[in-house]
Amino acid sequence: MAAPETSTAAVPSLYTNNALRNAFGGVLSFFILLLIGVMAFSIRLFSVIKYESVIHEFDPYFNYRVTQFLAKNGIYEFWNWFDDRTWYPLGRVIGGTVYPGLTLTAGTIWWLLNSLNIPLSVETVCVFTAPIFSALASWATFLLTKEVKGTGAGLTAAALLAMVPSYISRSVAGSYDNEAVAIFALIFTFYLYIKTLNTGSLFYATLNSIAYFYMVCSWGGYTFIINLIPMHVLLCIVTGRFSSRLYIAYAPLVVLGTLLAALVPVVGFNAVMTSEHFASFLVFIILHVVAFVYYIKGILSPKMFKVAVTLVVSVGLAVCCAVIAVLIALVASSPTKGWSGRSLSLLDPTYASKYIPIIASVSEHQPPTWPSYFMDINVLAFLVPAGIVACFSPLSDSSSFVVLYIATSVYFSGVMVRLMLVFAPAACITSGIALSQSFDVFTRSIKFQLPGISSNTEVDAAETSSATAEAQNDAVKTEKSEETSKNRPSKKSKKKEKEEKPSTKAKAEKRLIALPLDSSVISLLLLILLGAFYVVHCVWAAAEAYSAPSIVLTSHSHDGLHVFDDFREAYAWLRHNTDVDDKVASWWDYGYQTTAMANRTVIVDNNTWNNTHIATVGTAMSSPEKAAWEIFHSLDVKYVLVVFGGLVGYPSDDINKFLWMVRIGGGVFPHIKEPDYLRDGQYRIDSQATPTMLNCLMYKLSYYRFVETDGKGFDRVRQTEIGKKYFKLTHFEEVFTTHHWMVRIYKLKPPKNRIRGKTKKSKSKTSSASSRAKRSGMGKKNPWH
Amino acid sequence: MAISRYVLLVFTIAMLASTALSDPILTKVDRRIYLTSQIVRIASTLKVENPGPLIMSEVLLAFPELQAKNLAYLMASSHESKGKAKGSVVSLPIKAVNLNDRPSALTFYSVILPKELAAGESFTLDVLAAFTHALRPVPEKITQADIQLVLYGDSVYYLSPYEVKVQSLSVKLPDSKIESYTELENTKVHGSEIKYGPYENLPPFSNSPIAFHFQSNLPFAVAEELVREIEISHWGNVQVTEHYKLIHGGAKIKGEFSRLDFQARPNDRGASAFSFLVAHLPARAHSVYYRDLIGNISTSHLRGDSKKTELMIEPRYPMLGGWRTAFTIGYGLPLQDFLYESEGNRFLNMTFGSPMIELAIDTLILKVVLPEGSSDISAAAPFPIKQWRETKISHLDIGGRPVVVLEKTNVVPEHNQYFQVYYKFSGLSMLREPLMLISGFLFFFAACIGYMHADTSISKSSASYLAKQQWEEVQVLIHKVQNVISRCLATHDNLEASLRDLSRTGDVQACKAARKYADGLLKELSKEMKPLLTSLQAYPSAAQILPKVEELVAKERELQEKVMLKHSTAVEGYERKSGARDIDHRVALLQQKITALKQEVDDLLQFIDDII
Repeated sequence: MAAPETSTAAVPSLYTNNALRNAFGGVLSFFILLLIGVMAFSIRLFSVIKYESVIHEFDPYFNYRVTQFLAKNGIYEFWNWFDDRTWYPLGRVIGGTVYPGLTLTAGTIWWLLNSLNIPLSVETVCVFTAPIFSALASWATFLLTKEVKGTGAGLTAAALLAMVPSYISRSVAGSYDNEAVAIFALIFTFYLYIKTLNTGSLFYATLNSIAYFYMVCSWGGYTFIINLIPMHVLLCIVTGRFSSRLYIAYAPLVVLGTLLAALVPVVGFNAVMTSEHFASFLVFIILHVVAFVYYIKGILSPKMFKVAVTLVVSVGLAVCCAVIAVLIALVASSPTKGWSGRSLSLLDPTYASKYIPIIASVSEHQPPTWPSYFMDINVLAFLVPAGIVACFSPLSDSSSFVVLYIATSVYFSGVMVRLMLVFAPAACITSGIALSQSFDVFTRSIKFQLPGISSNTEVDAAETSSATAEAQNDAVKTEKSEETSKNRPSKKSKKKEKEEKPSTKAKAEKRLIALPLDSSVISLLLLILLGAFYVVHCVWAAAEAYSAPSIVLTSHSHDGLHVFDDFREAYAWLRHNTDVDDKVASWWDYGYQTTAMANRTVIVDNNTWNNTHIATVGTAMSSPEKAAWEIFHSLDVKYVLVVFGGLVGYPSDDINKFLWMVRIGGGVFPHIKEPDYLRDGQYRIDSQATPTMLNCLMYKLSYYRFVETDGKGFDRVRQTEIGKKYFKLTHFEEVFTTHHWMVRIYKLKPPKNRIRGKTKKSKSKTSSASSRAKRSGMGKKNPWH
Repeated sequence: MAISRYVLLVFTIAMLASTALSDPILTKVDRRIYLTSQIVRIASTLKVENPGPLIMSEVLLAFPELQAKNLAYLMASSHESKGKAKGSVVSLPIKAVNLNDRPSALTFYSVILPKELAAGESFTLDVLAAFTHALRPVPEKITQADIQLVLYGDSVYYLSPYEVKVQSLSVKLPDSKIESYTELENTKVHGSEIKYGPYENLPPFSNSPIAFHFQSNLPFAVAEELVREIEISHWGNVQVTEHYKLIHGGAKIKGEFSRLDFQARPNDRGASAFSFLVAHLPARAHSVYYRDLIGNISTSHLRGDSKKTELMIEPRYPMLGGWRTAFTIGYGLPLQDFLYESEGNRFLNMTFGSPMIELAIDTLILKVVLPEGSSDISAAAPFPIKQWRETKISHLDIGGRPVVVLEKTNVVPEHNQYFQVYYKFSGLSMLREPLMLISGFLFFFAACIGYMHADTSISKSSASYLAKQQWEEVQVLIHKVQNVISRCLATHDNLEASLRDLSRTGDVQACKAARKYADGLLKELSKEMKPLLTSLQAYPSAAQILPKVEELVAKERELQEKVMLKHSTAVEGYERKSGARDIDHRVALLQQKITALKQEVDDLLQFIDDII
């Protein structure tokens, strides 16, 4: 008698238990999310703890400078800001050429804090913007994955994204770059798209357009969204998944999104003019045609419909052909086929190296190597295929989107290492799905087969089934929302789905139950091990690989940590000991840093919008001293800054970048010929080097008096003795060299006094005349003459 | 105070009236000029004698215009007190005076003697004067390889409005490398020291220029501007932040700067450069930082003991002649070491100048940020100073914190004397900001709770609102239905369990009892179900879910029947003692149906769950 009684006591508690578990699950997942956010934030603080709270690398310095300007002068001044500190003498209209999302975000945070009387400096806000937004990004990932595959998968994906090394590399504290904000915007836009697709709510569609607008503000990568979503819409139409929800998810995005995107000055009319946006409009038209066809189909009898179709198709084809022909003619008439250089190099990976060396010269535009995949997404690379499989059972609108997302982003990441960043969230989402589903299966099969509770298997079965129901609650949310929403389109297809879904699920459950106990325990342990490995790798990557701010270098020697702070030493020197209007020439890599840290005018910077200007500097660097002096003098340059790693072995110095100076310079000014600098197809600075190489300005500025350091002139980067050891500078004088010689600053000597140098002048005149004659034969040499 | 001032006035008038008559005589003047640092210090010992008939109470000190411009610090003390206890030198009050009948190229300061001198009495006085920018680099621009030479000019005779009986002068130079010096009678050179004198019986304002041109590679660290901010937190911390704008004030460098030469031969290539500065911070200084506009500067060393904390900082680059740099150092100090309380007043007692050793400061701005809510603020310093008030808004302030700003030009290390800022502050004000935070959060949470409980719908009679309410009621009903169904299912499970028990123990009676119990329970449940279904039918919004619910109930009933049938067949079989296999065989078909039905019920439950 005792047994039944206890069980009856348990019966009513079963239901309350369930409700309680639901509530408990909600609270638990809330706290898990909170902790994921905290983790995403804190794992990115290694750079602050190991180094200092400082802006990193190159581009962040520009963003920081813009934010400072915004904080100081306000938004209207910002839109109209003409920056005369850069691209001298051209200048740059900052307000119209930057993606303002990041700057406005940080500026708003700063303004908000200051109006609450929390006087944080602009720098502090900028340093911590990226970690804050990576916490937001992991929450957005949770939302997106929850829409696709349920809460469990969402939490797993959020945890994975919070520490994926690829994203950490761009969002450590101090890495104040567009991508930090943009990845959040990207994921959130996708989430809102999926949400709209699942609910068919116009509210979410509007939010989606606004999120898209934020993305357009933040990063040029928004073209990925405006191409991926149309692709998905097309996929849905082709696979017969057209519904009014799809229409609501897409049509407002294109209309509102394009209008909003055109508001961003840097995009402007590009939002309708360039080919990157073409796909979205095409799909927009197709969507309307399909919707119209469905509508006609509804009101006509099948026979009439057939007639109408033949009529419309024959007329429509003719019109379409005409329109497409015109379009193609228009597009083909532009030299780049309406695509921007970077987009084109995505479609044709060899494009940049063939035509635009300046894009190819950026290391992050190179294709990644296999190890870099393992470095950046680690074990996710193995989980992704499993996640894709999980997305196919069952395939819904949202899971097909994830599959499409990962497929395209894998391709893009294969072309440019920088786009690994777009791939990482997709990898996290699919791996999250894979992990959560396999955990689901294993724990369920363990629960069924544990000997201790075999007697009340049935009760457990009921419980677990309800638990799984809970977990898969959202997977079926599609139907629920359909049911609740007032307009219920295409009831048929939905019904079909409904019927097939429970059956497949039931089948799956039955099949999964059959997993043996020991193997599922072992698999579970292996999965946990895999996860632990991932965590260890991510923490290592965050702490060691990606936390260095790159303006400060450290090395461990036997007597402790050695700090190389040469860059800031040089910039501080420039800031305090040169005239405020002096112009500093350097290779474009250091432009942003020079304007931000030294507050001096530069000739070229990392914006690289004017190839000719960069080529001029490249030409000067690869010319002999006198010609270089003339070019620099014509540009009103007073100081020349070169980065030299030969003394301490800093590999990314100007000599190693020299090939790009020659290539870019030679691309515009043909008298710079790359073969002149090459010996056996290699850039060499040792005794085998060509005389052109040994006489060019870059060589001279780098190695000036270098031989006196050790008597031999041994370059630790190139691992060789330099070719030309003793030489004097005639047109430049050394004014500053940093402690480890990493940055050397030279001053242009003033032009010779005319009267004193009269006899010399006549000589030089003839030589310059002859050189001019040569020059005219060779084409343009210096655009500023 | 007023009386003494009045007395003083009377004396001054009296003295002015009789100046020509009763000037004191300086019977012995001993002057030592220290040129061993960029700050020139002149220490003089004067023996003053009052020859005249009148009582004398003050002594005038004269400085030529050139020196007066650079005069940073002037202190007079009685010679005796210095001899007795070294620590407690009582400085005599000094004030600038403007005398009409004296040469205008001279600036006069009058020292008020501690006691009036009667005729014939004498008094010995120590005067210390410190000058900045008194050493002029000649040549003004040097290359890196050159040696910095500086020029100092003064008068060999003590410049005084009085007659000087005996005087001597000694000049201390940094080392013996002297380019040139003025040679007069009685000049002796001992290494780095040059002695002049003694000279006797010189009339007032005797003057004979001398000049020294010598090598000096001492650090010419000049802070063009130093802003010290002292922020008091009554939670136990005094935060000091010092912003330096530094320049090498020596000979400017011209031409190249070669790092190679500087590193290889630091003693003769860029010898005048200085690459580090030493600051003596108070003991127990903590959280020291050293940074500039673009981040931390990684070259500094901190040593500390119980008496002081020594901070050695290196600027980002070695400071050659004329080079500038700017940086910030900051540190925290324990409050109890610097803040005292007296008669309800609190006062901060800190040193005025920079902690840097041998730093000349052109302009020093000292800001004392008092906690929000301080009142009755006043500041006192041992030397004349410009002061005004500001307000600074910092963390979570509403009205802002009162700031006392003190400004002084030409500051030398001798100015590192204690100054006081008095103010009133109630301890309760300390709790203001935490309370503000607490109440802010309280308000926020209360607002959240309020929002969650408030009904924000505009109209209570609108269709959508009613539909929403109805839907909620339907949800409650369906939850009840689900509850009943799950209880039914649990009962079925109990029956199954009893069957298993039966097969194990063969206890037919227990099994029957279980059956009876389950029967009763199920009957009750079906009774419970009926009103639920009827009330559910009443709702129009339940129309779409109702068929499902009804289907569920029907399926459940079917399941119930099958389970009962299975149970009774099994029990019957046992009673007939038929073999287990036989029973299984008979039950098997039923069992199949039961599983199928169960699956269906589960699916339906799940489906309804999803809709709710």
